[in-house]
Amino acid sequence: MSSGSALARKPAESARLASEVRLSVEQVSYAYSANPAQAPLFTVEATSFQARRGEIVAILGPNASGKSTLLKLISGALAPLSGRILLNGFVIHTLTPRTRAQRIAVVQQESTLLFPARAWEFVLQGRHAHGHSLRFESQEDVVIAKNALAQVGAAELSDRWMDQISGGEKQRVILARALAQQPLLLLLDEPTLHLDIAAQIGLLDALRRLAAENRYTVVVVTHELNLAAEYADQVVLMQRGRCLRVGPPANIYQRELLEQVFQTPLSVEFGSSGRPRVTVLPGT
Amino acid sequence: MRPLTLRRLLLQCSMLAVILFVVVVIALKFGAVPVSLYALGRDLLRVVFGQSSQISSDYGLIVVNIRLPRILLGVTVGASLSVAGTSFQALLRNPLADPYVLGVSMGASLGAILALILEPHLTISPLFAALLTPLGAFLGAAATITAVYFLGRREGQLDSATLLLGGVIISSFLSAIIMFLMNTLSGNLRGLSFWLMGDLSTPLQKSAYWFLGIGFLLATGAIYTTAADLNMLLAGEKEAMHLGVDVPRVRLVVYIAASVLTGLAVSVSGAIGYVGLIVPHAMRFIFGSDHRTLLPTAALGGAIALVFADTLARTVVAPTEVSVGAVTAVVGAPLFIYLLRRRLP
Repeated sequence: MSSGSALARKPAESARLASEVRLSVEQVSYAYSANPAQAPLFTVEATSFQARRGEIVAILGPNASGKSTLLKLISGALAPLSGRILLNGFVIHTLTPRTRAQRIAVVQQESTLLFPARAWEFVLQGRHAHGHSLRFESQEDVVIAKNALAQVGAAELSDRWMDQISGGEKQRVILARALAQQPLLLLLDEPTLHLDIAAQIGLLDALRRLAAENRYTVVVVTHELNLAAEYADQVVLMQRGRCLRVGPPANIYQRELLEQVFQTPLSVEFGSSGRPRVTVLPGT
Repeated sequence: MRPLTLRRLLLQCSMLAVILFVVVVIALKFGAVPVSLYALGRDLLRVVFGQSSQISSDYGLIVVNIRLPRILLGVTVGASLSVAGTSFQALLRNPLADPYVLGVSMGASLGAILALILEPHLTISPLFAALLTPLGAFLGAAATITAVYFLGRREGQLDSATLLLGGVIISSFLSAIIMFLMNTLSGNLRGLSFWLMGDLSTPLQKSAYWFLGIGFLLATGAIYTTAADLNMLLAGEKEAMHLGVDVPRVRLVVYIAASVLTGLAVSVSGAIGYVGLIVPHAMRFIFGSDHRTLLPTAALGGAIALVFADTLARTVVAPTEVSVGAVTAVVGAPLFIYLLRRRLP
């Protein structure tokens, strides 16, 4: 861990963390309906997968496949209809928001601020769940926030206003706030959506490095097939609310399967790294 | 990185407290009857040391028995409205929210009027009878903010423009009912302009000042316990939840406490507009949008603004006076339009 004692966890906890599985999604399902008397408008059928510490899981699928709903279930924002989701053995949706925020950080699609704030104020918000009732930030909080900004290469943005920095810079500051939460589990909902290709690569490189250094478990929702193939250790492939496959990209990236899921002709090649690469073939 | 410290917070608040003191002294000095600073200081010291019986001059009586209570009323009402406005702006994620614009003040007015109409028909002890008006105002305020909140929701999200329009419509509907009641009922209810415009000229019983002050401190204290949570809520309820905020609890505490503040203010001063809108913006501009600073500075700023506005109301057309609500509206409405053009997409 690069950032010293501030980021170190208690010894007893680290021993427990050494056990393999950190996140366990067990036969989780969900149904959304506007009116309880009617048939559900949208469902997620029983989905299971497990993730270890330091592992990056990509939830992949076309629009309306249930990716974001699955992420909301994992974040504890929604309670599953059946099944359960465990984080280090605790059922996530029964934790209080405060305890949850100490263990799970969520990076959502870009949020708008009502009133202007500076980047450092924004990152310090990540310490909220660790503070006491009236919450004046301690020197330790400041150190953690500074480290978080440095870890995503955004130290120089500290004093900038959030509404005056670029999309890619903003995404890094949002990620820094999530790191300041010192979570066990980092959830990201389409983090690369509004970023140019360099910023996308930059963000995902940072994620891979952080997952390795700090042993975060990372779950990313995306429909970027190639980025998922390049960065994920595991892929959860979703279609119309069903979890079709779970496994390493090399096992999931089969031409027929992806063509059927994404409803478009494509080709899959395996590069020298052993990771698959997808080319969409329009008009064939 | 300069995180907020208790020291800086206290420094900012004492700065405003000094300004408030100066404004209060000015307000005591000016009026239809001019008073010298020396006489003012002498009489105030006598009040402080419990020797008010020695104050004999008519001027002293004017200052101590007429101006001072009115100024204290202005301090509490201004602070209450400003804190309520700050809270509504954060909770509804709407920079244009304020008790008056949202119709909450009108709801409180109607609640207070209904309580006044009911009071003679109830057989209750005088203590409860005195509490009936603020209680009615609180219930009116709470009912209105609930209605506006649900009117402003579209597809599960709060919509800025719909919320404001909902508030405006409810406000005009409620003021129509107030006018109807005032025109059909006779008796000793306070007049239309008091409930619709607001003024601070009606004297209260001594116990009412205590009630008002304690109510203000309790409600403001309750809101202050959520100050850090309100900072997260500026980015939306979902995001706040992911940062560890117990959103339903914060929402409940702040809605109830802000309704108490509006109800208290309206039950003694009618519906004074725009203080809760303009003051929080001014304080945000000066001190930033951290609610741990914003709530206390908005309270002090609201007190300063309303005492100042009331001094204008008493003096610009002396020896008669205008409603302080007219003064705040004349200043506030153009600023509201400015904010509307700048903020709403």
